Amino acid sequence: MTRISFGRILNTQTIALVSVLLLNWILFPGFFKIEWQDGRLFGSLIDVLNRGAPVAILAIGMTAVIATKGVDLSVGAVMAMSGAVAATLVVAGYSGPVAVGGALAVGLACGLWNGILVAVLDIQPIIATLVLMVAGRGIAQLITEGSIVTFSDPTLIFIGTGSFLGMPMPVVIAFALMVLVTLAVRKTAIGLFIEAVGINRSAATLAGIRSRLLLISVYSVSGLCAAIAGIIVAGDIRGADANNAGLWLELDAILAAVIGGTSLLGGRFSIPMSVIGALIIQAMNTGILVSGYPPEFNLVVKAGIITVILMIQSPLAGQVLGFFGRKKSGASR
Amino acid sequence: MRVSRYRQSLADNPRPFGSPLYAGQSVEMPILSRNGEPAQRRSRPYLHIIVLMLSTLHAVLGRNAARPREKILSILKKLALAAGIATALSSAAMAADMTVGFSQIGSESGWRAAETSVTKQQAESRGINLKFADAQQKQENQIKAIRGFIAQGVDAILVAPVVATGWEDVLSEAKEAKIPVILLDRGIDGPEDLYLTSVASDQVKEGKVAGDWLVGTVKDKDCRVVELQGTVGSTPAINRKKGFEEAIAGHSNISIVRSQTGDFTRSKGKEVMEGFLKAENGGKNICAVYAHNDDMAVGAIQAIKDAGLKPGTDILVVSIDGVPDLFSAMAAGEANATVELTPNMAGPAFDALAAYKKDGTMPPKFIITESKLYTPADDPKGEAERRKSLGY
Amino acid sequence: MRLGGRDVAETAFRMEARGVSKIFGTHKALDTVDFGLLAGEVHALLGENGAGKSTLIKILTGAYQPDGGEVLVDGTPVHLDSPLHAQSFGIGTVYQEVNLLPNRSVAENLFLGHQPTRFGLVDRKRMNKDARVLLKRYGLEIDPASELGSHSVAVQQIVAIARAVQLSGKVLILDEPTASLDRDEVQRLFEVVASLKRDGLAIVFITHFLDQVFALADRVTILRNGKLVDTSRLSDLTRTELVRKMLGKDIAFSGSTSLEAQRPVTDVLLEFKNYGRKRSVRPFTLTIHKGEVIGVAGLLGSGRTEMARVMFGIDPSDEGSVTLNGKPISIRAATDAIAHGFGFCPEDRKADGIFGDLSVRENIVIALQGKLGWFRALNRDEQLDLAGQFGESMDIRAASLDMPVKLLSGGNQQKVILARWLATDPAFLILDEPTRGIDVGAHAEIVRTINRLRDDGMALVVISSEIDEVVAYSSRVVVMRDREMVAELRGEDISPAVIVQAIATHGEATSEETAA
Repeated sequence: MTRISFGRILNTQTIALVSVLLLNWILFPGFFKIEWQDGRLFGSLIDVLNRGAPVAILAIGMTAVIATKGVDLSVGAVMAMSGAVAATLVVAGYSGPVAVGGALAVGLACGLWNGILVAVLDIQPIIATLVLMVAGRGIAQLITEGSIVTFSDPTLIFIGTGSFLGMPMPVVIAFALMVLVTLAVRKTAIGLFIEAVGINRSAATLAGIRSRLLLISVYSVSGLCAAIAGIIVAGDIRGADANNAGLWLELDAILAAVIGGTSLLGGRFSIPMSVIGALIIQAMNTGILVSGYPPEFNLVVKAGIITVILMIQSPLAGQVLGFFGRKKSGASR
Repeated sequence: MRVSRYRQSLADNPRPFGSPLYAGQSVEMPILSRNGEPAQRRSRPYLHIIVLMLSTLHAVLGRNAARPREKILSILKKLALAAGIATALSSAAMAADMTVGFSQIGSESGWRAAETSVTKQQAESRGINLKFADAQQKQENQIKAIRGFIAQGVDAILVAPVVATGWEDVLSEAKEAKIPVILLDRGIDGPEDLYLTSVASDQVKEGKVAGDWLVGTVKDKDCRVVELQGTVGSTPAINRKKGFEEAIAGHSNISIVRSQTGDFTRSKGKEVMEGFLKAENGGKNICAVYAHNDDMAVGAIQAIKDAGLKPGTDILVVSIDGVPDLFSAMAAGEANATVELTPNMAGPAFDALAAYKKDGTMPPKFIITESKLYTPADDPKGEAERRKSLGY
Repeated sequence: MRLGGRDVAETAFRMEARGVSKIFGTHKALDTVDFGLLAGEVHALLGENGAGKSTLIKILTGAYQPDGGEVLVDGTPVHLDSPLHAQSFGIGTVYQEVNLLPNRSVAENLFLGHQPTRFGLVDRKRMNKDARVLLKRYGLEIDPASELGSHSVAVQQIVAIARAVQLSGKVLILDEPTASLDRDEVQRLFEVVASLKRDGLAIVFITHFLDQVFALADRVTILRNGKLVDTSRLSDLTRTELVRKMLGKDIAFSGSTSLEAQRPVTDVLLEFKNYGRKRSVRPFTLTIHKGEVIGVAGLLGSGRTEMARVMFGIDPSDEGSVTLNGKPISIRAATDAIAHGFGFCPEDRKADGIFGDLSVRENIVIALQGKLGWFRALNRDEQLDLAGQFGESMDIRAASLDMPVKLLSGGNQQKVILARWLATDPAFLILDEPTRGIDVGAHAEIVRTINRLRDDGMALVVISSEIDEVVAYSSRVVVMRDREMVAELRGEDISPAVIVQAIATHGEATSEETAA
């Protein structure tokens, strides 16, 4: 029993995360320092969690979508839209909860739209979601009229910058969402169905799985996740920045899912592993910030580390490592 | 040499503006005609229908949504016009029926939005018919828009170029059509005779003004500065960094200890500042933050507050642009200085154009706008209000 | 060498395959097959799915290299590295889907890569003129400058043939060229092919339509399970003989059905009345009792699979009605069918059946889980129980129930799919080609299971091209032809001879009509 759980924790993703964190510590000795300040935890490690939360939340939805052999390119734009909607609602005098509800409804509607394009009209996911990726940011810019809509609504600000039991709210929300969605897919048959549809949609339909409904649901969840991330990002800077909110984050979310071991060809997926993938990406970002390297190095360093992680995960490396693993276990027998 | 050739061509043609041949001709934007091409026939037709519908919807919505605001603005402007009869009338009469095309980069920032609305205001107040094209950050779209303007036979073209290179072909076409081109806010790499003049701020000077302010403020105290750079490799980031460094050079008490990119955005500015605060002993080792734009400064201010320090007091905040939110922060004592990048690039451009059209006065090749420093002494609250009405 | 009928020993083959074999993994797709093609003949290539037709064609066109044997052109052994290389030997191919450029002109499509040039530039004028002359030979009076895509599929098909003949000129391989054409268009295409034949071209013609074979071909080569069955002159063959050869030359003509299969049955389970779907299968009426196996016989493209898909609601019927235990039901989707206790093992196991990356356990429980819905999840222990139980009853040989199903052999995969449906406790099971492409042991196990399920009172519809197998377990046999149910055989009539006769007869009548 203990061996199983140990094996579950000790995998490529967690090793990569720990390695990146250790690397950060080497570059910046104060990296693991955590202080209690103004009723909340404060430190670089907390920053990694806090800043990683939006991408982690996107990755939760994205992982399910990718597992169905799809992809949702619109999440960044949906973030911008949901933030814009929330901000304009509170500026127009609505209460914070109404604004949050409105933003979530927009995310859900976007997800439904994507799901219908993919599941009912059978449009390739990359194209179907590209529509909203392009149009969504435009719509967000229309809502904010091109400028940053700033607000001082306490609900939205709490979601973005508040804390619960010392943990920043974005971290609490991301963690809760991860647990919730993981339970929702693993304690029901939904996870199995998602994998089945991703591996062979035709066979899944023949086996009696309502694949259309499933796909629509999965894209809707992705839309909702994006909306939540959008509210967090807007709350964080107390303003909806339609031009920059969520920009390129769809790519980070896809990367997080891939680092988390979900194949772009659909099938097996793990939501916690994707969240760890998101944290790996953020750990690199934060590491670069505290290390003091000039910004010209950022992208090169990031690309290099990601390449190493993906290479370790590649089937070939798996064979090589597996070979050594077998040899070792053979010796111990 | 090149300038003189431009003059030569003008001298050859007594009527350099407008090309009657093209006037009134309908313009086919290439992007639209491409969609109907039969190359797509074999693929699923509804996909294209949906994309087309969406793009149409987008375009229609875009225009409609912009209209009510424009209407209000235009009414306001007409009122202003009526009030300032003398000047307005004279300029309107002079520029009567002048049509100017304006290819704007997009609306990626509040400043950009303000520049667009100020340009529209300036055109309105001079009686210039402004044709506006939003390029959505794509040079391709700008080139198309400029070709469209040429085909329409406008009297002049304003361009805020999204990138510095690749303009020679399309600007030569404009030149052949005898349509003067004025560059706004950003320059291009290419022969100077391709455009009449270029109106821009001096970004190096902006950085220098910010740096001079810091030098004057800290005097001979030691000051460790952290810098929030713009997008890596972008011209304003390079120039604003350069100007600031020039200003603090020779003042060994001031040094930039950390410098990272915040991509000109509020949220990255906040994230980077958080990192800096951790790395510099919770911010206790930081004396000032210099941000290449106000948005990043606003993000940094929030990060400083979250870290339990007082921005403006514990850490000085100096930045560039002059957007309303920064003035609001300044009014609250959380920001110390900003260097204005005026959104009114079109005003000097139209002035130069009018003079040129009237008697052929060649404007200087580079018209530099003023880089004005604002501090809490300059009524930040009022500035914030005034700017909000500009469409920031 | 078998050449069939006439002695052609002195006639040199234009193209020949001598004892060619092709092995994929452990599967022999083609087993020492001889194939000779004469100049000035249309040579039909026939066989069911998996018979080796496409493998042979790919070897002849250089897309595959044979693992054994050799390919000769005009008596000289050649190594065809690629279709382009084959083209240089005069071998051209036209596929069912026209693979030309629909948005370029007809002339450009004809001469693409070989355009006439002038001063290094394409001489459009000459190209169009040449194209007009060429097209005229094919009876096409169309503007060579017009876009290819603006013409009908038949015209595009002829343009493709013209291009292939133009570039190659010795051998023309037509891979199901008529599949998407209507009757008149087929006629037009046939005229072109007949004229090319007169010009001395050697033509290979692949089709599922026997009428077309008899209308156009001079000789026929029949493949089955990767082996050569026969090469004959069409004039020496009756339709019945041809079908018999396609379905297996070793059919025991005395074979008859088992006693158990013929037990009297009384309880009607399902009644399909005038049940059909346009463009898929003509309305059929079929009563299915508990405890009987309805065998479905027919050639590929006869509507046998379409019938199953309509019954299971994958392609919902657009006319007729169906009752279950006397009560009318509606089947608009697979989920409806499953809710009513149906199960369906599809023909294409890989594409429609297995979830390769999922475990054996998950593959077995998935249909039951689908029936239970999203929220009543079977936990791991329940899944292992079910998978173990049904895996054992089907004798599935897997190292572990948690291994990916893709690692199993084809036979074991098929058993997994059967186990999947048995786990849902179905009242009615449709099996489409359940024994195709699997090893002997698995084959026997599946036949045994069919018998067992029938004896336990389940109703089954089994589609198979293994006639003797159908005879062995069927209580009744339905014969499909041209997307229509044409016969329902029972009792004494269930014999290979009668079935083959029923499959073939209608075709004879049709060709007589055409001839007249």
